[in-house]
Amino acid sequence: MSRFARLDRPLVLITFVLLAYGLLVLYSAGQTDIPTPAAHAWQRQLVWFVAGLACAVVAMRFSPRVLEWVAPACYAAGLLILVVTLAVGTGAGTAASSKSWLAIGGVRLGQPAELAKLTTVLMLARYLASRRVPAASLRELLIPVLIAAVPAGLVMLQPDLGSALVFAGILFAMLYWAAVPVRFLVLLASPVLSLVLAFSTWSWGVWIFLLCALLILWRPFIWEGLAVLGANLAMGIVALPLWQRLATYQQHRLISFLNPDVDPRATGWHIIQSKIAIGSGGFLGKGFTLGSQKRLAFLPAQHTDFIFAVVGEELGFVGIVAALALFLLLLATLIRVARRCPDPFGSLVAFGIVGVFFTHIFENIGMTANVMPITGIPLPFFSYGGSFLVTCMVAIGLCLRLAREGKELGYREV
Amino acid sequence: MNLGRQAFHPFHLAHRGQVAFLFLAVIFALLTVQFLRLQVVEYDKYQLKSESNRLRPVPLTAPRGVILDRKGRVIAENIPGYSVLLLAYRADSLRAMLRRLEPFVTLDSEAVRRILARHRTAPYEPTLVVKDAPFALVSALEERRGVLPGLVIQTEPKRLYPDSGAVAHLVGYLGEVTEHELTTPLFAERHAGAIVGKVGLERAYEDSLRGSDGVRFVEVDALGRVVRDEGAEALPTEPGRIIHTTIDLDLQLFLDSIWPRQYRGAMVAMDPRSGAILALYSSPTYDPNAFVGGIARERWNALNEDPARPLLNRAISTRYPPASTFKLATALMGLQRGIVRMDTHMPQPCRGGMQFGNRFFRCWRPEGHGSLDLVGAIASSCDVYFYQLGLRLGVPYMLADGDTLGFRATSGVDLPGEIGPAYPSSTEYYDRIYGRGRWTNAVALNLSIGQGENAQTLINMVRFYAGLANGGHVPTPYVVAPRVPAPPPMRLSDSTFLTVRQALINVVESGTARGARLADLHLAGKTGTAQNPHGDDHGWFVGFAPAEAPTIVVGGIMEHGLHGTTVAPYVARIVERFLLGAERSQGGEFVPLAIPRDSAPRPRLLDSLPGGPTADVIGRLP
Repeated sequence: MSRFARLDRPLVLITFVLLAYGLLVLYSAGQTDIPTPAAHAWQRQLVWFVAGLACAVVAMRFSPRVLEWVAPACYAAGLLILVVTLAVGTGAGTAASSKSWLAIGGVRLGQPAELAKLTTVLMLARYLASRRVPAASLRELLIPVLIAAVPAGLVMLQPDLGSALVFAGILFAMLYWAAVPVRFLVLLASPVLSLVLAFSTWSWGVWIFLLCALLILWRPFIWEGLAVLGANLAMGIVALPLWQRLATYQQHRLISFLNPDVDPRATGWHIIQSKIAIGSGGFLGKGFTLGSQKRLAFLPAQHTDFIFAVVGEELGFVGIVAALALFLLLLATLIRVARRCPDPFGSLVAFGIVGVFFTHIFENIGMTANVMPITGIPLPFFSYGGSFLVTCMVAIGLCLRLAREGKELGYREV
Repeated sequence: MNLGRQAFHPFHLAHRGQVAFLFLAVIFALLTVQFLRLQVVEYDKYQLKSESNRLRPVPLTAPRGVILDRKGRVIAENIPGYSVLLLAYRADSLRAMLRRLEPFVTLDSEAVRRILARHRTAPYEPTLVVKDAPFALVSALEERRGVLPGLVIQTEPKRLYPDSGAVAHLVGYLGEVTEHELTTPLFAERHAGAIVGKVGLERAYEDSLRGSDGVRFVEVDALGRVVRDEGAEALPTEPGRIIHTTIDLDLQLFLDSIWPRQYRGAMVAMDPRSGAILALYSSPTYDPNAFVGGIARERWNALNEDPARPLLNRAISTRYPPASTFKLATALMGLQRGIVRMDTHMPQPCRGGMQFGNRFFRCWRPEGHGSLDLVGAIASSCDVYFYQLGLRLGVPYMLADGDTLGFRATSGVDLPGEIGPAYPSSTEYYDRIYGRGRWTNAVALNLSIGQGENAQTLINMVRFYAGLANGGHVPTPYVVAPRVPAPPPMRLSDSTFLTVRQALINVVESGTARGARLADLHLAGKTGTAQNPHGDDHGWFVGFAPAEAPTIVVGGIMEHGLHGTTVAPYVARIVERFLLGAERSQGGEFVPLAIPRDSAPRPRLLDSLPGGPTADVIGRLP
């Protein structure tokens, strides 16, 4: 059997359908009535696609064993690049005010945060795979949390909240796949929940009450339980100073998420126009390239962060459902790959990639539909962006290799 | 190590994979529900928002109704014009665009203020900047669309009065609706910047003429720049209704052509049977076309500050002492009260005047007329006869009967701006002015010859003469349709009517042996010379023809015309033109009418007349 015959054909097919769909929508995003920098984005994206294809083929050549071996080095390199980016990074595109780009001699190479997502997945997989027994206490989760938190913190310093969120997604997905009990995940996430709910004293009070009940019910180690409670209380206390330290645009984004009409022409603009674009698309849409919200520049960042609104406006509910179905199919296929991996490392890598994709898809689409706050985070295969497309394709390449490993060993599900 | 502790046993992986998929499926289902809500349930709401995002309404001005004369000739019509509008989100961007317009359009600070005020009332609609823009400007701006992203050029019907000044006071003029007008019910549905009729027919029939404005849409981008001109289906305009007037445009133009420019004044021709106005002219006149698209400030100031007051419609908005034209009213009062008959002679024959109290009231003819009956007195306009008639009537009767004859009422013509006449309602007026018992019957002497506390508009006198011509039926003058019902007819017996008419014919005929051209029709009428203490007297003539069955009554007044005989030939020419047509009247020669000079005496001036008529009275009451 040739190597190509042993490819996971459904995964390849879904990926290429999504790439084609994304490229078509990106082409449409450039079709406006007034000059836009997005006009030729689809051509550049095509170039990036070729580059991504090459990278994916290279990625497929790495055996999981090699990957496991180089994971710490990759991880360290990823962190180093992030630190360098913090020092010499530049802003560009939709993240013009942050230092998220790495450029050499004025040529922007890409956003290192994208690369760091994959290296973090590898590093976490290596660590978690080495522990065959599921975690029995919160303390055992300290190292994996740190592995994810360090790059997340560096990305957050750029500042790029959206990408930092992806690291959380990776961490939780992989911990779950490593059989960490769900109750630990809840307790791990509880301080963040406490931070969010501290918006209102009432909701925060209810949460603390609920947490106490959960702690009594789940009975973790006493010190861990107290630490979780303490962390939750601390978060409730620091919420206000933390809020005040947020950049104004971050505050506005959060307020606008809750009520876009507070400032419709400024911070609420993105979400209002995105909703109008999607809503006015109706069931069948306004027609390919014919969306007026996009054509007349009402829709901001129509080729990057808000590209899904273009789908909604021009292809309607039908186009949305098609895209969502494709994404769900992709994730299901990746879960299947993770499930059929012959070794824990490969399985964890595959599921970590599920975490990356899911976080991006959910956050981006949720943002365009106003169910999530706005964080500048691209949509896989749709949004214009070179390093992200390459990262996605490398991730798919890795998964294809992992799928082949399983196939070659004749692995079948029980 | 049992199975439960083995994290990566395939059995556990399969289980976790199912749970993970379920989790994802739920999340995706929630997203789908949200999109279902946005795109299907709330589709209409977002569709509307999207349309109002991209479309900006541009009001389309409906063409005003055409104004036609009685034969369907055009008095006012529309030709295509352009207006320049700017679409801007904020006042500062509008200001910036106005600055860029500067090389092409001169806008003073007042104009800029008005433009900004218009923008404030409707910031999402294009703001009118230049009304009635010349084509050169439009093409110059069109070329610079790049630097004027909010530019909207609108083709708009533009009013044209082909005969300009000749019909000015009749049709009136247009202007931008004022903020005050917008609060009135007539303009309740108009928007700021709308062009509305200000005076004349344009105002009187504003309701019918304006039609209903439409709207078209321009497509704009997120910054308010115009992307496409035709954004969506437009609501078409509905043109205003055509107004058919009773005006005889030929007569109106003829009147304009023969009017002696040195005189200010007015002339009204009317069909006495119906009250239909055939021509209405006031001099000096102005060009109503100058108002289309906004009149230049200097021009407006010039029109307003001109001592000749060209904007004043002297046919309806100015009162003059009716002078001898009023003698018919005095005669009628006497006849109706049974004080005189047509053949009654007065005790004092005319010897060039009459002593009353310590004053001598002169007749216009120093040689005197001798003893006359009423017919003769009317024909020769003998003042002395009417002094005595006035004394017999007495002031209270004269005031009461003047009221009955309509000298205290407006004519009700369907043109805006008609002012009421000034005529005392009762003797209390004199008590108030001079003090009780401090005035004498000298008042009656003055009233009887149309002087004193009496000032009438031209249209009102024409109406009175139409009543005389008709046998008592007093019509309501109108240009399009009578606005008010006709007043009750005068009590005029057939014999009185016929003799009064004969007397009026005599006025013209008694000296018209030489008037060969009018030999085949009888003109009846009365001259008048209104005392004017400020200068030359005003000349009146009101007449109707053919005297036997009148179809036209014409009244004219010429300020400082010295005498009614100045006016009479013009009236005669109008009558001739109307009755005999253009062929007969094209000779250009005036009909040699011999009309007796009559001049009311110059009574000693009363010191002052407080509480008198309004400032519109040109000839102050003596």
